[in-house]
Order: sequence, then structure tokens, then C-alpha cells
Amino acid sequence: MAVLKVTFTKTNRDKLAQVLWVLNWVSVVTGVTLFSMGLFLKVEIEKRRELMSKEIDSVPNMLICVGLTACAINFLGGKICYDCVDTTKFLRWKLLMLPYITCTFFFTFCILVGALMCYSMRKDLEESLYFGLRDAMRYYKDTDMPGRCYIKRTMDMLQMQFQCCGNGGYRDWFHIQWISNRYLNLSNSDVVERIRSNVEGKYLIDGVPFSCCGLYSPRPCIQHQITNNSAHYNYDYLKEDLNLNRRGCLQALLEHYTQIMQSIGLIVLIIWLFEVSVLTGVRYLQTAMENVLRQGDPDCESDGWLLENSIADTARYNFNIIKNLGKCYQVDDDPNIDVPSTSRQMQENVPVKQIPEAR
Amino acid sequence: MVLLKLKFPFQKRVRLAQGLWLLSWVAMFSGAVTFATGVFLKTELHRRSEVMHSMDIHIVPNLLMAVGLASVGINICAGKVCQDSLDPSRFPRWKTLLLPFFCLSVFFTSLLLVAMILSYALQPSLEESLKIGLKNGIRFYKDTDTPGRCFQKETIDRLQIEFQCCGNTNYRDWFEVQWISNRYLDFTSKEVKDRVRSNVDGRYLLDGVPFSCCNPASPRPCIQYSLLDNNAHYNYEYQSEELNLYNRGCRQALVSYYMGLMNTIGPCVLLVFLLQMAILVGLRYLQTAMEGVLGQENVEIETEGYILEKGVKETLLETKEKMMKLLQFAQVGDASAETPGSEPEAEKPATA
Repeated sequence: MAVLKVTFTKTNRDKLAQVLWVLNWVSVVTGVTLFSMGLFLKVEIEKRRELMSKEIDSVPNMLICVGLTACAINFLGGKICYDCVDTTKFLRWKLLMLPYITCTFFFTFCILVGALMCYSMRKDLEESLYFGLRDAMRYYKDTDMPGRCYIKRTMDMLQMQFQCCGNGGYRDWFHIQWISNRYLNLSNSDVVERIRSNVEGKYLIDGVPFSCCGLYSPRPCIQHQITNNSAHYNYDYLKEDLNLNRRGCLQALLEHYTQIMQSIGLIVLIIWLFEVSVLTGVRYLQTAMENVLRQGDPDCESDGWLLENSIADTARYNFNIIKNLGKCYQVDDDPNIDVPSTSRQMQENVPVKQIPEAR
Repeated sequence: MVLLKLKFPFQKRVRLAQGLWLLSWVAMFSGAVTFATGVFLKTELHRRSEVMHSMDIHIVPNLLMAVGLASVGINICAGKVCQDSLDPSRFPRWKTLLLPFFCLSVFFTSLLLVAMILSYALQPSLEESLKIGLKNGIRFYKDTDTPGRCFQKETIDRLQIEFQCCGNTNYRDWFEVQWISNRYLDFTSKEVKDRVRSNVDGRYLLDGVPFSCCNPASPRPCIQYSLLDNNAHYNYEYQSEELNLYNRGCRQALVSYYMGLMNTIGPCVLLVFLLQMAILVGLRYLQTAMEGVLGQENVEIETEGYILEKGVKETLLETKEKMMKLLQFAQVGDASAETPGSEPEAEKPATA
């Protein structure tokens, strides 16, 4: 029994073909949109590449590929739908229709995967940013080392732009040496004592870089001896909320990227629904047109459906095809393949019956 | 003598009308762009209004907005005229309206040129406005608890970070103002007392700058205080230290930014002006050519079109005379209104 059978008149078929032609062109535009969003996401990720420990390119690459494929598939779809108005023109597409619909189905599935990937990417991104930011903070001081000389600038720019400080918060700066030995007076007793008091011989201070300073603070920024209330007048570090940016850069960047991903994910989901509707329409048009060809009258009514048999039957049928394909490939491995059989020899001895020619 | 006379066969008139109709739609779009440009420039100037002393420069975006809107109206009207000029029966209704329309159009179009000239002419005014505005901004930086000035610190910090600048002319401007509020100064400290006493105005001045002056491109952690004291910092010499702080002043940065905008907007406005003038010239030719058709049985005859019926000098003299007559007429009207009783007396018959 056919799934979701609909009867189409000649007018209905023509209208459906015209509407699908328009929708396919709209889909080309949505393909460009997908490509653009993928490109935008790729650029956004690339901008912060230095702050990520591993590459997170799967989602933008997926969107770029799907976008380009959408353009190609829907361009072809538009051509098919345009020709479907004329039965004679449809004949040349007849063989291509099933592979086209199958490809479009898989491609539409890829769009859904792309949308879901946008939402599932957060975990990987968080991990990548966590280790990336940790390393960037660790290399903040290495401005004279090739390959790391711009890390300080990147980190400062990030903290100013996103109004954040450290990885999880400003206290992260207390656990690393962020001032290069080049700018430390190692003949100074205070510096020497501070280095000696640390197991790893690092110069740790309760201070942060200038880029951690909060714009909204009513007082000039306190960057050094942050946890020492007596070092500053009218100051209590436990109550001081505005002096430094409280939010960690991991959280800030995650929010930034999550917002982008969620927006893109939603758009991709809408595009997916749109593509599914176009695919459904094309399938109806294909089956309706094939039934017209069977009946031989271009102006007659015809049935269109999504599946010729029930879902279970179709699945079973396709499974058998795949199984037979597998068997077909196994034939080559048969050890008896070149051994002539007796039946074949007997067949060879049988005289060929001649068909009389029509005179 | 007629100025710039041209002959127009029927086909040429039709082509001119169609071409002008198309151009007027393009000009309408460019008018909308001019308006949008004015809005953008106004917004950009308004964003920095806290660091500007006078608002003279606002005349440029105001003109652009006014001319942009007027241009949209003018070109819709011009399009309608062009459409109606293809039909000689519909064209006469525009006859009386076209002269005031041209005067208005020329006035607004010339305002585009005025706006462009002003955008360059007002640069010194903008610079002066920013100089005073920034000076006040820096002076009130510390007053975070004074109503009306509480966001001044945030504004200046944002400005310095965004434009990568420091102070008014350079970072040394911060040495001449007290930018740390007394609220955060410990007056029991000897160092603070001495510093305040040593100043004539009793201000706490120091060779330091706010954090927003720090340059992220510097290889070393930012040095904000004791900037002129080489001994206060290890491996430091303030004369040769170029990357520690932003060297450019905010006035220069803002003037460069705004002049950059103006230099981009200027040529665009000039193009719109030229387009608008081309349309007006074309429309004038179409009007004068169509006037030759009016009252004729054969509408497909060849007619003449021109810019001015007489020479420039003669036209100016004629316009001057008309204006004088209008003024005299207005004065006469006023005089008659003042002495209403004089007329009946004059009409009385003379008695012997």
C-alpha cells in the first residue's frame, strides 16, 4: 500500500512543478546562506585560533560543504522541476530522478546533522578553550620567544574586548608567572625572596595585567597586591566588584561562540525543514509524472506518493538489494568459477533453433 | 540669446524622458543613501558628544539628512514629470509648477555642495571642539561620584582603548591634572601630603596615567606610575620606551577618524550632486522642448530645448527686476493698509 497517496490533475502537476521550481531557486539562496554562515563561523574560530588547543573546524567545514552541495543540488532540482511541466522533456530526467532524490535525501540528512553539530559542539569547544587559554596565560610573558611573541597582545586584546580576566577568573593570574625574568631585578631582595619561596622558582604575585581592569570601576585600577587591603586606601578586595573584570575568559568566549552556534543551529534547522518540504514535493512530482507516463495520456489524472509500499516493505526491499549487491561481489571469489559445468556442456550440444525470417 | 539651445525630434524627446525617468529613480535611491549617510554621521558624532565642546559640526549631517529627504521628494516628482511628458495631454498641468520646482531643486541640490564644502571647512572647528571637550573630559575623569559626571571616567577609558590613544595631545596631559579622586587618597600618608602641598592649586599630580593608556603591543607588563623615573623600574628608560603607552593623543585620533569619514562621504555626496544636476539640466531641456509641442496638432514635430531663454546676465537682471517689483508691490500693499481713510476722500468731487 502506497504511503501518503495524493491524486494530481494536470493543472495540479503544473502548479506543483512551478512552485517547486521557485522553491528550488529559493533553496539555492539558502545554500548560499549555509555557506556564508559556515564561512563566518570558520573566520570567528580562526580569529581565536591561538586560544584553542585543538582544531574545531568540523562544524564550519560541514556547513560550507552542505551549503555548496545545496546550491548544486537545488540548481539541478530547479532544472528538473522546470522540465516536469512537459512530459516529453521529463523523459530525459526519468532515470536520474531516483538517484537525485536519494542524494537529496542524504544531503538533507547532512543538514540536520550540521544543525545538531552546532548544538553538540559546546563540549569540545569548552575543552579546547580551557587548555588553549591556560597555555596562552602560561606563555603571556614570553614576548621575546619566536612563535609566542604575540600571545601577550592576543591575551590583552581578548581581556579588553570581552571584559574578562584569566581562564576561570582573575585569580588564575596568581598561579602563574606572567612577568618575564627580563623585567625582574634579580638583585632585589624582595624579588629573590619571592622566587625562593616558590617550589618551581617562579615569580608569583597577587597581581593581574592591565587588561583585566574594569571599565566601570569608579576608582583608578588596582592591579597589584590585590588581596592586600592595607596596601591601598579605602579598599576591601572582598567587596570590590568593579575594580577588575570578574568573568573568566573561558566563560566569555563560550557564551560568545554558543550564541553564534545557537543562532546558526536554528537557521540551519529552518533550512532543513524547508529542504525536506522541497524534497517531499519533488518526490510527489516524480511519482505523479511516472504514473502519467505509464498511462500514456499527458492530460490525465495521476497518483503521487512518497513510498510505493509501506515503510517496512520498502526497508525490506532495499535491504535485499544491498544483500544481493554483496552477493554479487562475492561471486568473484568462487573457486569453481572457471570450471565448466556439465549442464553448460550439454547446452552447447543442443542445436540452435533457427527463427524463420519474415518475408 | 538663448543659452545652450538643442533641437529635439520626437524620438529624442521620448528617449530623454525615459532616460530621465530611470535616472530620477536612481537619484531617489541615492537620496535615501545620502539621508542614511547623514544619520550615520550624526550618530557617530553624537556618540562622542561628551568629549565635544560645541556642536557646529552637526550642521553637516543635518544638511545631509535634509537634502537626502528633499532629494527623495524631488526625484519622485521628477519621475512623474518625465512620465507625463510622454503624453502631451497630461503635461500642461505641470507648466505652472515646474518653475518653482526647479528653484527648489537647485536650492536643495546646491546644499549638497555646501554640505561637502562645510565638511572640510569645519575641520578646525571640530579640532577646537575636541580639544576643549577632551580637556574637560580629562579634568572630570576623577569625579565618579559627582552627578552628571559619573560616567566621564568610563567614557574616557573606552575612548582611549577603542582609538588606541592617550590624553588630549599625548600621555603627558595626564601629568597636569589630578585624575585620582581625593576619596581614594590617604591624607594621613606623608607622601600624599607632600605631593599636595608642593602644588600651587593643592592638587595631587603624579607622573602616571590610567590603565586605558596601556598599549597591548608592549612586550613588557604595563608601567603606569612613576613614568619619568627610570630608577623606579628595572631595565627601563622612558625616553626610548615607545610601546609601553599609546603615543598618539585622542584629539588627533578622533580628528583622523572623523575626517576619514568625511573624506569617504565627500566624494559620494559630490557624485550625488552631479547626478542631481544632470537630472535637473535634462528635465529643463525636456520642459522647454515640451512647451514647443503645446497647442500643436502634430505632437511629433521637432522642437527646441534650452537651459535659459536669454543669456545669464539678462536672466539675472530680469529676475532682479521681478523681485524689485514684488517688493514694491508688497510695500504698496502695506501703505494702503495703513491709511484706509485716504481713498474715499480722493474720490469725492471737488466743490467750488
